[in-house]
Amino acid sequence: MSQPILEIRGIAKRFGGLSALSDVSFSIEAGAIFGLIGPNGAGKTTLFNVLTGLYVHDEGTFAYKGQALQGMTPDRIAALGIARTFQNIRLFANLSAVENVMIGRHVRTHAGVWGAITRNAATRAEESAIEKRAHELLKFVGLDARANELAKHLSYGDQRRLEIARALATDPAVLALDEPAAGMNATEKAALRELLEAIRRQGITILLIEHDVKLVMGLCDRIAVLDYGKKIAEGLPAEVQKDPKVIEAYLGTDVAA
Amino acid sequence: MNILNGNPRNKWIGLALIAIALIALPFVLAQAGTAWVRITNYAILFVLLSLGLNIVVGFAGLLDLGYIAFYAVGAYVYALLASPHFGLHLPWWMILPIGAFVACVFGILLGTPTLKLRGDYLAIVTLGFGEIIRILMNNLSEPFNLTNGPKGISGIDSIKLGGLDFGYTTRIGEIAITGSIKYYFFLLVVLLVVIVINFRLQNSRIGRAWEAIREDEMAARAMGINTTRMKLLAFAMGASFGGIAGGIFSAIQGFISPESFVLNESIMVLAMVVLGGMGNIWGVVLGAVLLSFVPELLRYTVEPAQQALFGRQIIEAEVLRMLLFGLAMVLMMLYRPAGLLPSAVRKRELTRDES
Repeated sequence: MSQPILEIRGIAKRFGGLSALSDVSFSIEAGAIFGLIGPNGAGKTTLFNVLTGLYVHDEGTFAYKGQALQGMTPDRIAALGIARTFQNIRLFANLSAVENVMIGRHVRTHAGVWGAITRNAATRAEESAIEKRAHELLKFVGLDARANELAKHLSYGDQRRLEIARALATDPAVLALDEPAAGMNATEKAALRELLEAIRRQGITILLIEHDVKLVMGLCDRIAVLDYGKKIAEGLPAEVQKDPKVIEAYLGTDVAA
Repeated sequence: MNILNGNPRNKWIGLALIAIALIALPFVLAQAGTAWVRITNYAILFVLLSLGLNIVVGFAGLLDLGYIAFYAVGAYVYALLASPHFGLHLPWWMILPIGAFVACVFGILLGTPTLKLRGDYLAIVTLGFGEIIRILMNNLSEPFNLTNGPKGISGIDSIKLGGLDFGYTTRIGEIAITGSIKYYFFLLVVLLVVIVINFRLQNSRIGRAWEAIREDEMAARAMGINTTRMKLLAFAMGASFGGIAGGIFSAIQGFISPESFVLNESIMVLAMVVLGGMGNIWGVVLGAVLLSFVPELLRYTVEPAQQALFGRQIIEAEVLRMLLFGLAMVLMMLYRPAGLLPSAVRKRELTRDES
């Protein structure tokens, strides 16, 4: 295959004496859905925060389409094409759903102060394009009927989908989703699965942290397993599922002894 | 506002009525005494200041307690470039933009070191900045006399438009158009422009980015918003409006000294923004107008009223003003925590509902 879209080499991150990540490496092929699983506290979200520039890591390199990302600010990384959602939903709670998505368009639009003040033809055209695209994305995630509701008044599942729409608004090549199914019921999970498939069909690579084993196994092309900040396994879903180290990490060892 | 969103015909009638009222206002006020026109002018200056501060505090959510510093910078730029102090007499239309630019630079100067600060810490640093500027103005008479120290700068040129000198009264037939009335119209035009700019900024890509930063800075960054640049932009825009207001203040007064730019003034402008409703442009205008006029009204009514009722003065107007201020603040916190005319979003932020 061609060059991987995301290549992570030997990432380490320490918080004081606690080693949250050590020597984590893997690479993701473009267009894949890559699952990142592991018990609570394994370092999955920390890795996300490193990849999106919110944390500064201590060792290692990561590259996006061959371009080194370490040391870049979150807004640069988003501009390059990596968008994310948050485990503990971080929407702009007091703004409407459509405003949330419109803010996601910021990084792909250009109007500055001068454009805003003069409201010239280019700015007006850009504004209506932003609004149109925001409504399209809401429709895509199935929230078009709720466009004008405040983000904080949406149901939990809807908030998760709104976060995905907001992330998609940045026209990402890689979409990093931090537990998108958390708090969703079975119907919502099925819808989410369809949504992720649809996103993949658009050629967007998905990096997925998820606890729901059924969802991960059914959806992902490849899975890496983290435990105590280390990668303990990587491979196809079927391989990972049978890996004794993975079973040990999830179930413990002393059971059989 | 309803007037602006109603059906087009009512909208034009409403706007025409407001325009007529605003044009007639200074002539009506002049009947009650020329002082009232001057008071109105100062009220408009405060509206300008509040609208500038509203960009920083209301839109971007950055608490700034030293805002009056930019007013001071604008005022001093005008004074230095149009007074006998250096013998420079540039025209106002050159100085006001220069003042706005210099204030903007000061805004970035203040903004840069405070980018990582939030809330209380930001408030303290900006408060310090405001004082630094004032103290500099007070002391920059040595070794090189830049600001003339506490004595201030006098003999500042008034604004001249064509053959019209805003410092003097012009007579058109029976009607006397005093300098104050001319400044009133000048300020009105500037105010209109500033209000339009504020609305356009608010409903733009930039305005949305500010809103995002105020709501959740980390999420805003992850969405690709360069928060550093956007915050500096808010400081710079707010500061330039302050600088323009300061320049006009200089021209109206003809004399400025560091005394006009004390911490109290910063707090006053912030109070106007908060009272009216942070983030809501009309709310801020209302807050500034109320807090500018009420003290003056008290000054002219409290003493005569007490004389008539009790035959002597029991409470001074200034004391009563502070009492009312305190009372208003308590009532506000209880009944309208988001301001008299709160912005929709701010109101949501300040009400605890489910979620």
